[in-house]
Amino acid sequence: MTHHIQREHLVVIGNGMAGCRAVEEILARDPNRYRVTIFGAEPRVNYNRIMLSPLLAGEKSFDEIVINDAAWYADNGIELVSGDAVTAIDRAARTVTARSGKVVGYDRLLIATGSDPFIIPVPGASLPGVVSFRDLDDVDAMLRAAEGGGDAVVIGGGLLGLEAAHGLSLRGMKVTVLHIMPTLMERQLDEAAGWLLKTALEERGQAVLIGADTAEIMGDGKVEGVRLKDGREIPASLVVMAVGIRPNVALAREAGVAVNRGIVVDDNMVTSDPAILAVGECAEHRGMVYGLVAPIWEMCRALADALTTLPSGYAGSVTSTKLKVAGLDVFSAGDFSGGEACEDIVLRDASRGVYKRVVVKENRVVGAVLYGDTADGGWYFDLLKRGEDVAPIRDALIFGQAFASGGGQADPKAAVAALSDDAEICGCNGVSKGQVVSCIAKGARSLDAVRASCKASASCGSCTGLVENLLALTLGDDVQSGPKTMCSCTSFGHDDVRREIVAQDMRSIPEVMQKLHWGTPDGCSSCRPALNYYLLCALPGEYADDQQSRFVNERMHANIQKDGTYSVVPRMWGGITTPQELRAIADVVEKYDAPMVKVTGGQRLDIFGIRKEDLPAVWADLNAAGMVSGHAYGKALRTVKTCVGSEWCRFGTQDSTGLGVKLERGFWGSWMPHKFKMAVSGCPRNCAEATIKDFGVVCVDSGYELHVGGNGGIHVRVTDLLVKVATEAEAIHYAAAFVQLYREEARYLERTAPWIERVGLQHVKDRIVADEADRDELAARFWFSQQFMQDDPWAERAAGRQRDYLHRPLAEVRPLKQLEGAEA
Amino acid sequence: MMSEWLDVGAVADVPLRGARAVPIAGGEEIAVFRTGAGRVYALVNRCPHKAGPLSQGIVHGDSVACPLHNWVISLASGEALGQDKGCTPTIPVEVRSGRILICRDAALKLAA
Ligand code: SRM
Ligand SMILES: Cc1cc2nc3c(=O)[nH]c(=O)nc-3n(C[C@H](O)[C@H](O)[C@H](O)COP(=O)(O)OP(=O)(O)OC[C@H]3O[C@@H](n4cnc5c(N)ncnc54)[C@H](O)[C@@H]3O)c2cc1C
Ligand code: SF4
Ligand code: FES
Repeated sequence: MTHHIQREHLVVIGNGMAGCRAVEEILARDPNRYRVTIFGAEPRVNYNRIMLSPLLAGEKSFDEIVINDAAWYADNGIELVSGDAVTAIDRAARTVTARSGKVVGYDRLLIATGSDPFIIPVPGASLPGVVSFRDLDDVDAMLRAAEGGGDAVVIGGGLLGLEAAHGLSLRGMKVTVLHIMPTLMERQLDEAAGWLLKTALEERGQAVLIGADTAEIMGDGKVEGVRLKDGREIPASLVVMAVGIRPNVALAREAGVAVNRGIVVDDNMVTSDPAILAVGECAEHRGMVYGLVAPIWEMCRALADALTTLPSGYAGSVTSTKLKVAGLDVFSAGDFSGGEACEDIVLRDASRGVYKRVVVKENRVVGAVLYGDTADGGWYFDLLKRGEDVAPIRDALIFGQAFASGGGQADPKAAVAALSDDAEICGCNGVSKGQVVSCIAKGARSLDAVRASCKASASCGSCTGLVENLLALTLGDDVQSGPKTMCSCTSFGHDDVRREIVAQDMRSIPEVMQKLHWGTPDGCSSCRPALNYYLLCALPGEYADDQQSRFVNERMHANIQKDGTYSVVPRMWGGITTPQELRAIADVVEKYDAPMVKVTGGQRLDIFGIRKEDLPAVWADLNAAGMVSGHAYGKALRTVKTCVGSEWCRFGTQDSTGLGVKLERGFWGSWMPHKFKMAVSGCPRNCAEATIKDFGVVCVDSGYELHVGGNGGIHVRVTDLLVKVATEAEAIHYAAAFVQLYREEARYLERTAPWIERVGLQHVKDRIVADEADRDELAARFWFSQQFMQDDPWAERAAGRQRDYLHRPLAEVRPLKQLEGAEA
Repeated sequence: MMSEWLDVGAVADVPLRGARAVPIAGGEEIAVFRTGAGRVYALVNRCPHKAGPLSQGIVHGDSVACPLHNWVISLASGEALGQDKGCTPTIPVEVRSGRILICRDAALKLAA
């Protein structure tokens, strides 16, 4: 090396992926331009940090993940100062000082200090046994902890956390992943893919707790477990914190270099000081900080160009992510959160566990999420980066490159036409194209008819599109459209969806959407409330109600009014009230300035004009007087109207008020397909209008006539007589069986009247009157589910235990008055 | 100089597929939405149909169904979708370090 003296001295702080890559790029362009010194805080050569995951999992050794071995530094005349962190930069003197006291002068300084793992500041965070996942020392610490087996908790369900969890499981630990958000890897995945991932991890034996907020790491001298804010405790001898990273900017900030979230650099990676550059995770370029290597490689190229030949300028990167967990294929790229003019193309194949979603905006791919089959990830990412016009292959895009690029095959109909007769159409039921075509030839003229005759598309529905194309090919315009689907998100009708939820034991909305191939990422305002109800009905006590899938009234437990205020109707059992209740209602009306209080058509009092913010206080006051929610807002039991009955009325035959109160006390709180009204009249004069109710009782001398399917609403329908019984107990028993049959069979938003018209009174009688065992089972299922339903939603809210933020604004903006003379 | 953006709270304070309201003293409310995919939007909290409070609707995809008569409003453009015609003003919003920032000028105009 002859020009030693004249060469500029380039000092690099950080012997990591960016620092070394930058040096490699510079050497490749001009090996003689700079004399290079690299400081590294870690006591070792540069290795491939992303391979720490396979290292932890035992799939790689350290030697296999070294990028630049000692020979590389020597061969290129690079001085490596390892195990010695730089502690200060003196910009005026152009020197750096290391922990050891070593001082080195520079002409150019490159800061490549990467990021620091973020440690959540909870009690116990510094206990031995709490580690982060960033460098080799962390992996060593985890491997030591894993030697004894035992329990590990990983805090953070992002890429790093899941890779740590995977590695620790393979090393024999029992792993629980705690994730604060509702979806795993929420920054890379949408809800549907996150759900699939969670299910797959659980199948592999990991416990995944979502919405888990850590309160404390417990332990005396060493980690013993983690306590969550909701009180749950999880034992652990190892806690890995993988909740995020922060750009490591302390050195630059102390030296007075401009720092925002990261060290601010221009397109040539130069900081606010022209002699200092920054690259990698510590750098902030055009407002972006990156945490992946692909953008770092691009930065390093631009940096080397500027330092040696001609500046090329870095313009920012679009990124893609892959999870490095063997057997779990997860890919995401670009912006898949939707947005203006964005269109989602979704393909779900439940039998193969595949979910693909490509987001297209103005005929360009702008984002993609792939789960289960990531083979086309690179292709979508390439289309995205090149901004290619995908209009010509739009219809076949989601099927992947092989299909979409096949020239004439880009038309799905043509692709189906080209299939051989033996080609399998329906994987679930093993139906070939030839069989579908012959069943169409034999007269099946609709999707439904095909499903009924040869079973194609009758199970998971993923081949629905293929079957529809075959129908169109074979019949042209003669295809009959099938029964109405739930909404445009799905090709299934309500009954199919309900049947499959039970048959396949589905347990959450994302699961239903995946298994039944929903065409939208998170449904719409028609299907979400319906699915929420169907799951609630199918899994009493187990299903966690999704509040965001409920209409406003059910979410707020009050009826919204045209001016955005709410009306409040407390329950009045059987229409009976007391002076205390009336007084409490009167007090509420005055205290909260309610503009109106009215006697309703359902024999109760309705308080109008309550502000959203005041609802919890109003409920607390009403609760204090012993009243609970009247569910005047709910697809649930509304009122049980009663008349005076035998206790007072000169015609009364039975205690109609007493029975009404019993019914209301037994049935309140149950969620139903639609609202449900009852009434009990004490004699056939029927003052309580029992014969236009969903379930009406008309008392007679010899017992109780039970009437069903009445409706006083838009289309008045008089009830049908179901049966006559002798005792109150029987009346209540039949009511339970009837309500449960309705809950299990009716479509969402179908009241009993249209339901009975559809299925026929005979069907209802067959199940409830003729079949005693069936009746008993229905009633038993109803009472079982009731034990989970009768929590007063008002009490929970009023106590501030549940979602009370719903009633508070996020923030309030109070513009300051402009003061005279004062500068704004 | 006052900053151009107002910090109205943490992203995590708005439920996924939900919304929260931000009243402007002496004026209208702003509705801040968070979609299932985690994107944040802000609109004036008033449906173009009959002024329904959009923050109380069901959020799906990048739209919200108004709680009063089920018009579906695009969160990105404020336009009514489908057959319905009308538009709600959008408020520029940004997310930085987990905080929601709304445009100061646009917010203050609502107070006028
Ligand atoms: C308050 C009340 C009117 C009154 O002041 O008397 C009322 C008020 C409303 N009714 Fe009603 N109905 C009221 C008794 C009735 C009755 C009479 C009865 O229950 O004995 C009927 C006919 C009986 C029936 O339902 O079969 C009735 C048939 C309807 C219908 C038509 C239902 C149908 O199946 O066709 C609707 C619309 C709907 O539910 O989709 C409706 C919907 C509504 C809604 C919930 C409209 C809405 O979605 O905002 C009104 C809510 C006002 C509020 O904010 O409180 N209301 N409504 C009555 C409340 C009773 C109670 O104490 O809970
Ligand atoms: C377990 C794991 C898995 C990952 N998987 C992937 C993946 O699959 N795909 C992907 O694209 N990315 C992945 N990443 C991220 C990727 O590793 C980083 O983006 C990349 O390493 C950043 O490079 P960097 O040089 O900026 O920082 P680093 O590689 O962290 O290098 C910075 C170096 O600077 C040193 N340093 C800090 N301060 C000083 C100082 N004052 N003096 C001297 N030295 C100092 C540090 O010790 C460190 O060695 C993963 C990261 C981890 C931890
Ligand atoms: S008509 Fe009505 S009030 Fe009179 S007896 Fe019969 S039930 Fe009682
Ligand atoms: S006010 Fe929004 S739909 Fe009518």
